[in-house]
Formats: sequence, C-alpha cells, structure tokens
Amino acid sequence: MSKVKITIAGINKKAGSSKEYKTGGWRTMKPEVDVEKCIQCFKCFDYCPDGAVKKTEDAIEFDLDYCKGCGICERECPVKAIVMKVEEK
Amino acid sequence: MGEQKGLTIQGNMATALGAKLSRPDVIPAYPITPSTLFPEKISEYIADGELDASMIRVESEHSAMSACIGASASGARACTASASQGIALMHEMLFIAAGMRLPIVMAVGNRALSAPINIWADHQDSISSRDSGWLQFYAEKNQEGLDLMILAFRIAEDERVLLPAMVGIDGFVLTHTVEGVKAPAQEDVDDFLPPYEPPHGKLDPEEPMTFGSLGTPEYYQELKYDQTQAMENTPEIIDEIFDEFEERFGREYNRITPYKCEDADIILLTMGSMSGTARAAVDEMREEGEKVGLAKLTVFRPFPGDLLKEIAGDADGLAVVDRNISPGFGGAVFAESAGTFINENRSPLMKNFIVGLGGREIFKRNFKEMYEKTKEAVEAGEVKKPVEWINMDEDVMR
Repeated sequence: MSKVKITIAGINKKAGSSKEYKTGGWRTMKPEVDVEKCIQCFKCFDYCPDGAVKKTEDAIEFDLDYCKGCGICERECPVKAIVMKVEEK
Repeated sequence: MGEQKGLTIQGNMATALGAKLSRPDVIPAYPITPSTLFPEKISEYIADGELDASMIRVESEHSAMSACIGASASGARACTASASQGIALMHEMLFIAAGMRLPIVMAVGNRALSAPINIWADHQDSISSRDSGWLQFYAEKNQEGLDLMILAFRIAEDERVLLPAMVGIDGFVLTHTVEGVKAPAQEDVDDFLPPYEPPHGKLDPEEPMTFGSLGTPEYYQELKYDQTQAMENTPEIIDEIFDEFEERFGREYNRITPYKCEDADIILLTMGSMSGTARAAVDEMREEGEKVGLAKLTVFRPFPGDLLKEIAGDADGLAVVDRNISPGFGGAVFAESAGTFINENRSPLMKNFIVGLGGREIFKRNFKEMYEKTKEAVEAGEVKKPVEWINMDEDVMR
C-alpha cells in the first residue's frame, strides 16, 4: 500500500477504510483446504477471528488478503481437511 | 456589554457556572469528591431549564471520558468533572481524547491519590496525567475557576489548537469554599465563545468517516509529532485569547503572573490556591526589606518556560513549590523549571519544596521558611539539598 499524507488526528474522511489494510501480509503459515475431505460443517467459518473463511458451493475458501495464518481453522476442522503450510513468498 | 452579576458561591458552583455559560451539549459525569457538586449543579441547571444539554449518568469515570470522546467526535461541546481516583481511572481515555484532537473540557477538583485514601487538596491527580496531551490550567480562586472554564473551551476549540483542557481548582480549599465572583452575561460569553464547529471532521451518519484508526509504525511518530506541535504552538494563542478576555471582561490572565518580581533576588514559584497565601507572605517579607517576589503558574501545560526565563532569569534563587511528588526525583513543577534553564548561561539556584500534600495546610510562615532556606543556599553559593518537605510533623514521624 502506498503511503498517504497524515491528517489531524489521522482522521480519514472515508468510512470503511480498514478493508484497505490487507492484514494477510502478516502471515507466515498459509491454510490449504482439501475440498474432497470437507464436510461443510463450517466450524472454520465460525471460528476464524478474521472472517477470512468464505463458504462456497461445495466447500470453503480462504480470503488470503486478511488471513493472518493463525491456524485455528486447522485445529477446529473435525475431518482434518485443513492443513497449515509454510508460505513461500 | 451586559452587566456582570456578583455572586457568592463555592468553587464547584463557579466551574459549573463557567461550564453552563459555555453552553455544553453533552455532560457525561461520574460524581467523585471533591468535584461532586459540579455534576449536581449541572443536572439542576438542566432540570430547571436553564441549560439545554444532555447529561449522561455513566457507570465510571472511564465511561465518562469515553462518552465525552464520542460526543466530541460527533461535533458536540463535551464537558465533565472529576478528581483523584476518577482521573486515574480515566487515564487511558485522556490520551485518546488528546490523540483524537477532541477539545473536551474537564473541571478538576484537585485531590490526593490513594494510598492512603485521602480526599483533600493535592495536585497529584492532574499532574499524573501531565503527559496525556491535555492543556492544564490551575486556579488560585473561584473567580479564576469560572473564567478559566470559559477560556478553556475557547482555547481548546481554536482550530490552531484542538486539544482537550483541564481546569484545576484545589479540593475543599476552593471546591467547597464560598467566595465572591463576577459572572459574565450570557450574551457576552456567546459572543466570546461561538458554537463549536469541528474543523477537522465529525462523526455523522450522513457523511461517514473514520476516527481513531490504527497508527502503524509508518505513521504513528508523525501523528504524535503533529499533536505535539499543536501543543507547542499553543502559548501565543493562549496569550492572544487571555488578552481578548481581559478586553471584554476586565480580568487579566497570564500563563505565569509575576508579583513584585522586577527587583527580586528570590522568587517563589507557586500553583493553585496556595498562591494567595504566598502573596501575603511576600508582602510581609517586603515590609521587612526582603527582596522577594512571587510567580504564579496558571498554565502548567504547555509549560511556560519562556515566561519563567523572563521573570526569574535574573533572580539569584528560585523556590519551586510543589503540591505533588514524583518519588525518586521531586515535584513536577521543579523538574519542568530545572529543564527550562538547562541550556541557559545564567540560571537562578533552585530549591524544591514539597508542601500541602493530602490537604496539609500551607501557612505564610511556611513560605517565609522556604524563602530563608533558598536565601541560605544563594548565600552559600550551592544547593546542598535540592528537595525539602515543608511543614512536617516531627512528632508523628517514624
């Protein structure tokens, strides 16, 4: 993200700007889902603290712009369909 | 100009009246001794239809300041009152109010901090929030409490300032003591203090914007610098507004007010209600031929080092009187005064006197003792003991 000029008190005259802060950049571990194993219980969806799990037709997918790689989804998945892997950058 | 009405009222009534004349929109407050009468009086004004404002009865001082922050961010003129543990509890929110550049005004009934629990006069409560980014004013008498409330709103809301401000009146010595005051007419205050229109933005559902967002390492230091610059640019704005107030209302205010300092060898530097006693002591010592003066500090933040240099730069000794203590160093006013002269070629010798903690009386004889001790140091050409506690009861010492 390119730098911007500061304002008084850092007030941003636009609402909802937190979406522009892509916190996925903090991640070292990246979740991967095995769509075949997924039973669509959506525990990962419920537990993700960043709202980075999205429901799809047949499984789930990760919004990597905001996933910080905490691994809670891997821990909570009852069928071990999610695996955390070291992310190559 | 409307006529100023003479009233005989307690200090809390004076700050409450100053607030009422300033037409606040929102007053969230949690009562605490010795400033409880402030929210009581404000709620009475509202109930009697004399003030059109919302009073929020919050569950703590932390919430009081939080509600002030929300109200001020929405463009309302917000005001509260607190003291001692209450200010300690809102400590976290004080920094947020200042960092968000919200011109909230707080009336403080200056009181000691626990432990041991104590409800009496002491500056430790507001002094301990020195670094929060608030302007700090201290009154000598009830009239100053009233006027400084109006002045605090006007200075805080100036678009070159946009910082919150505290107005301190000493617990009981002023908060509960009846004195004569003159109250400016409402139309004249309205003229001096126009309605608050935040120039930097406000929370409005019709035009949403982001307040209080994350300041990452890429931006935090610049934002803090910007906030600090606002504080550092404030002295000349305070002077300008003090002058305008004097023209309109006939009462003079200064960041530091000198008294008999021109030819003084030794100057006492005081803050708050003790200044009246110190002035009387200076008068008596002058009659005895002692060349002593008094410098009364009204604005503690930003610290008026420029004026202190002008007033005390040529004196031989400066006796800095603190009604607070930072264990491990000394009083806060002493630390600031010492810092003021650090790079000067000439500096008065400085002694620090800790007095009046937890409501301990401060007598004229105590100021005379401070003068004598400072004079001894000047004559000896050295300060053997920089910090001394005055009016101690040796009989109860362990």
